Amino acid sequence: MNQEHALIVEDMTVAYQTTPVLWDIDIKVPTGVLMAIVGPNGAGKSTLIKAVLQLIKPISGTVTIQGSSYEAQRKKIAYVPQRGSVDWDFPTNVLDVVLMGRYGFLGWIKRPSQQDRQLAMDALQKVGMEAFAQRQISQLSGGQQQRVFLARALVQDAEIYFMDEPFQGVDAKTEQAIMVLLKELRASGKTVVVVHHDLQTVADYFDWVTLLNTQLIASGPVADVFTEENLRKTYRSTGKVLQSEE
Amino acid sequence: MLTSLGLDYTLLVVSAGSGLLGLVSGVLGVFAVLRKQSLLGDAVAHAALPGIALMFLLTQTRQTELLLLGATLTGVLATGTIIAIDRFSRIKYDSALALILSVFFGFGLVLITFIQKIPTANQAGLDKFIFGQASTMLVRDVRLMIWVTLLMLGLTVLFWKELKMFSFDPGFTEVAGFSTRRINALLSGMIVVAIMIGLQTVGVILMSALIVAPGAAARQWSDRLSVVALLAGFFGAVSGLIGTLISSSITKMPTGPTIVIVLSLFTLISLLLAPNRGLLWQHLRQRKNQQMISYDKVLTAIHELAMNHENHQHTHAMAMIQPSKNIAGKPSKALQAAVENLEQRGLVRRNEDNQVAITPEGIRHVNRHLVKGDE
Repeated sequence: MNQEHALIVEDMTVAYQTTPVLWDIDIKVPTGVLMAIVGPNGAGKSTLIKAVLQLIKPISGTVTIQGSSYEAQRKKIAYVPQRGSVDWDFPTNVLDVVLMGRYGFLGWIKRPSQQDRQLAMDALQKVGMEAFAQRQISQLSGGQQQRVFLARALVQDAEIYFMDEPFQGVDAKTEQAIMVLLKELRASGKTVVVVHHDLQTVADYFDWVTLLNTQLIASGPVADVFTEENLRKTYRSTGKVLQSEE
Repeated sequence: MLTSLGLDYTLLVVSAGSGLLGLVSGVLGVFAVLRKQSLLGDAVAHAALPGIALMFLLTQTRQTELLLLGATLTGVLATGTIIAIDRFSRIKYDSALALILSVFFGFGLVLITFIQKIPTANQAGLDKFIFGQASTMLVRDVRLMIWVTLLMLGLTVLFWKELKMFSFDPGFTEVAGFSTRRINALLSGMIVVAIMIGLQTVGVILMSALIVAPGAAARQWSDRLSVVALLAGFFGAVSGLIGTLISSSITKMPTGPTIVIVLSLFTLISLLLAPNRGLLWQHLRQRKNQQMISYDKVLTAIHELAMNHENHQHTHAMAMIQPSKNIAGKPSKALQAAVENLEQRGLVRRNEDNQVAITPEGIRHVNRHLVKGDE
């Protein structure tokens, strides 16, 4: 096993009912890359992340994170779920949600301290939301919700970040702000895995890409893998018209 | 002195028991409501009936603890069946729930009827479990309730952070290193216990109201989970107390329905009148907003007229503002009201012939708030 790989997925197969959603996926993600997972709807992009994080039980497959098992590396992992996966009318405020990123360090029963609060405020500042700390979460816009989730992941202070559609329903300005943060994470040696939808921005935002449509189409550096041919293979079944950027 | 008010010691003890029950089920119910699993408690409560009857048939005893053990077993069995149906079949969760709830409850009713026909069964009074009868509570039962309440509230405080995170975002909770299976087991277990201790008082049919209603009512008043939980506990406790006192003062009045009616009053008031979330305030706020928007529309119409006239201060007839809203040359009441409001705010002025002109302030207002342009 190899420390240079932040994430190795081998032989991953997932099925919800009878038809497989992911079929025999093998991926190696080097440490310190910003990787997009791209593919049509229903391609299993979110499922891949969830299976890696053991939120879904795969039929087969092993996951290695920085050379050892997921359980051993749990504290090095941060997660940004899809924004729509939670009820934003939950009675809590922004700071409390971000504080949840510290709960993993605290373990069972222990309460967050003043220092944890400070860390949460720092993270809110990074995403430009410090003024909203006491705001009830139902009063946030889509982009603000996404920033709160991002702050919560930042507070987890992880080595690998998994983000499920962080740009979904986000305005252009927020998208740029998030991208700056993701590139900062990469610059400090972190690995970021992002489920992404917008093919136009893949080359600008990411240096590594995984093309997925139930099966793995290709995975590697954007320059090598993000080709018109691979895209055609990925989107073949959906008939989506593709235009290469060049 | 208490006895002179018709409150004897036993009644007070029993009412206190109901109050405790309301407190604990109210607090725990908040999590059930927030997780959108309100109906699961309903299924568990209904499914308790056959367990009570079966336990009685097997042991021929009326000992509450044993009967509640039977209730717990069938309650948990029903929950397991619902979850299994949802996971392994194509039947959806709500259908599975309705199905299992009525099947178990129906079976329970059959058993109870059967028991009442057995001459040797010393008229077990099992039917009190259907609608609840607090007066059958013994001091011993209340003492047990006190301990259970303390334990449940203690666990809630102890695992507050976990329960909160789990209720908001289970996926994230799992990734953060907490076993959601364990948290769920803890929460469901506590809710089942709360239901079981409530069966004697409130009965299987209405017990779920004690879980759901306080949480739903309390949510209206606060956006902080801790406050919501405290309020839910308070609503539950007060309803339990008052409901029991009322039902005890009227012969043969079952306790469950009385408590639920008191609780419904709290919920109704909360739904209508709570600041911010209350329906009444929401309605008034919406009406005010709509009115402001329609006033703004009138103002932009006047602005439009002014801009198309070489003299911006020129007065125009009402009929010009919204020609379609004028009936036989007379401005509609709504338009009249709008112009009066705008005039009060200094945005338009009127001359003695009821003709309207926009003021410089009005032009500024339109440019500042109502014209969409580059930021």
